[in-house]
Amino acid sequence: MKFLDEYREPGAAGQLARAIRRTVRRPWTLMEVCGGQTHTIVKSGLMDLLPAEVSLVHGPGCPVCVTPVELIDKAIAIAARPETIFASFGDMLRVPGSTRSLLEVKAAGGDVRMVYSPLDALRLARANPAREVVFFAVGFETTAPANAMAVWQAEREGIRNFSMLVAHVLVPPAMEAILSAPNCGIHGFLAAGHVCAVMGWEEYEPISRRWHVPIVVTGFEPLDLLEGVQMALSQLESGRAEVENQYRRAVKREGNRPAQERIAEVFAIAPRKWRGIGEIPASGLRLRERYRAFDAEQRFAVEATAVAEAGECIAGLVLQGIRKPFECPAFATRCTPETPLGAPMVSSEGACAAYYLYGRHRHAGSESELPRTTRG
Amino acid sequence: MQEVNLSCPVPRAADVVLLAHGGGGKLTNQLIERIFLPAFACGPLAARHDGAALEVNGQRLAFTTDSYVVRPLVFPGGDIGDLAVNGTVNDLAMCGARPLYLSAGFILEEGLPLETLRRVVESMRAAAEKAGVQLVTGDTKVVDKGKGDGIFVNTAGIGVIEAGAQIGPAAVRAGDTILLSGDVGAHGVAILSVREGLEFAAPVESDTAPLWAPVEALLQAGVRVHCLRDLTRGGLASALNEIAAAGGVGMEISEGAVPVREAVRGACEILGLDPLYVANEGRFAAMVAAEDAGRALELLRGFPVCAGAARIGAVTDAHDGMVTLESRIGGRRVLDMLSGEQLPRIC
Amino acid sequence: MCLAVPGKVVSIEEEAGLGWRRGRVDFGGIEKEICLAYTPEAAVGDYVLVHVGFALSVVDADEAQKIFETLSEMERLGELEGGP
Repeated sequence: MKFLDEYREPGAAGQLARAIRRTVRRPWTLMEVCGGQTHTIVKSGLMDLLPAEVSLVHGPGCPVCVTPVELIDKAIAIAARPETIFASFGDMLRVPGSTRSLLEVKAAGGDVRMVYSPLDALRLARANPAREVVFFAVGFETTAPANAMAVWQAEREGIRNFSMLVAHVLVPPAMEAILSAPNCGIHGFLAAGHVCAVMGWEEYEPISRRWHVPIVVTGFEPLDLLEGVQMALSQLESGRAEVENQYRRAVKREGNRPAQERIAEVFAIAPRKWRGIGEIPASGLRLRERYRAFDAEQRFAVEATAVAEAGECIAGLVLQGIRKPFECPAFATRCTPETPLGAPMVSSEGACAAYYLYGRHRHAGSESELPRTTRG
Repeated sequence: MQEVNLSCPVPRAADVVLLAHGGGGKLTNQLIERIFLPAFACGPLAARHDGAALEVNGQRLAFTTDSYVVRPLVFPGGDIGDLAVNGTVNDLAMCGARPLYLSAGFILEEGLPLETLRRVVESMRAAAEKAGVQLVTGDTKVVDKGKGDGIFVNTAGIGVIEAGAQIGPAAVRAGDTILLSGDVGAHGVAILSVREGLEFAAPVESDTAPLWAPVEALLQAGVRVHCLRDLTRGGLASALNEIAAAGGVGMEISEGAVPVREAVRGACEILGLDPLYVANEGRFAAMVAAEDAGRALELLRGFPVCAGAARIGAVTDAHDGMVTLESRIGGRRVLDMLSGEQLPRIC
Repeated sequence: MCLAVPGKVVSIEEEAGLGWRRGRVDFGGIEKEICLAYTPEAAVGDYVLVHVGFALSVVDADEAQKIFETLSEMERLGELEGGP
């Protein structure tokens, strides 16, 4: 497939790996922000190509992991109602709330449907005028233009039986929260390429300056990630700290203006709680006044459950890149994808699940002791 | 059951059957291990192979059963009838047995058009003829409208084991070559294309096919076949994991060596699915003695259904019970078993 | 949530009813109807990156090529320097 296969070519990957080895003099820790990038890194075993000095930490780029339990509980409460059709992307269906997941609601008879696009949810609303269709709008800025369009469309057509449970999160505030943590050991970032295809990278420039960290807008294929790593390391070795664009074929500095306009028309910035991190100001999106009728939280009076974050789970430290998953005493023993203690073990993009599913052969046979390396 | 903790997600044992229990992954195996095996414990069942190898009056027989609940009933390349016959024929073939006789039990939903039933039955007739088996006994039940998906079919099959040695996970050895009979993911994508309304320039057809002929050729040529497994739900990854776990061996495969056709790749890319976990109905994996691998490959490629046969990896004595994969770019990762259904992702 | 897949625009229709452009995009043999509202500059034959049914950007083919030019250059220099 064009524009995909070329970026998975092993010869080129080897070349970039050699270039990285030539560049690196000192140990560095980089964080990639997006779950899709984590997915590629672990699926392709990319870290095997990197020298030992380079440590890759997986950031909170997995919306599944960072969506607060309260919101999942609300989703479940809404989905369990007989009049609703609850539509969601596949990613969110398995995440447990306080007591159960959307899949289990489905098993109990709730009308939970998996969709590939918010427009599919809108179609469901048109086709089922007697039912209330609710769409779970989870994601970063990448998905916001699509969700904005669905609401805009619904308003334009006067569709009354459609609403959204909004859980959008924004990347730059999360990056700042990570950088401002006292024991932040991240030297540079690989910014989320598709988020930047929408938003551009202007908003990362002040962050790069303030914290003196290189930020490289990076794509999602193995060659993209290798080139992104190479560019970040190059900056670090030469003492530079600026925003660079690796994902040139898809991203422009100003991003996608029509998409940004539609987002701004439909959504407003709001504080948002990030599971494992806490509330970050101005880090989420909510529907504007004009579109409040489409806000599922308003339409369905759902109680917010009072939840405290768990005992043994160190999700917060993992999401911020302070601890690696296998440094957690419960990793792969009490905490596995079948029996997760926290969010990062639930989704396959979550840092803990990623290590467990793809990387545990490195630690095979050492479950009784703490793993010996900090490199995964 | 752990106590419910009203905060972060908690370890939870499901106390009802979930759709995921039918996915062919970890949850399915859990159901088998925790409920079925303890109740029906006996030697053949414990072998955890596709069919049971039995000895009756000195004759070695293979016996298997399978149920078909596919939705949609009809899809590009076949229908539930083809699956019902080929699926059971293949389970017998995977035991090294010549498939002979099938039974078929039908659970029909009130309101099913008779035309659909006729079509399915005709498919079964044609598939049975092609596979050289006879359908010798059957049963029919009808359930109320809304209590069944049109048609559910259960088939059982009997065959005569022609393999000299025992074929199954216990016979797999470190050093064995892992062969794959052809490209993967076509059946799953064919089903999804109807369910999800994907439009293909050229429709992807299910790969449903009988597999005894190539297996027979391997056995007759004296290829030392240690294990055979046809790939169904859960795909290649699940099949390899099951054998690795049952046989107490490790496996290493190469992602680049697994054939996937272009249209299947495209569908998997846009749905966010991994072809290694997508269902197949006419493909099998074989663990053979390394010295016989070249010959085995040549034999397989002589059959149209195995024209794309490839060597994909080897059995190892490192990391028992675990399957690892070398990616296209040369990195290595675990190829794990799924918990339940593979869900499309947008992340 | 970042899975965006590149596909080739096969046809475009101005959809008066919807208020936005819609197109058919081909992904390695599969065609899907995609919203092109956010890529007004997309033309038939262009490749677009598609996420949840929406084209988010037009792939710049020249930029796409650059990494391979850089790698060729690196290879050439590497040979001159006697390898890594």
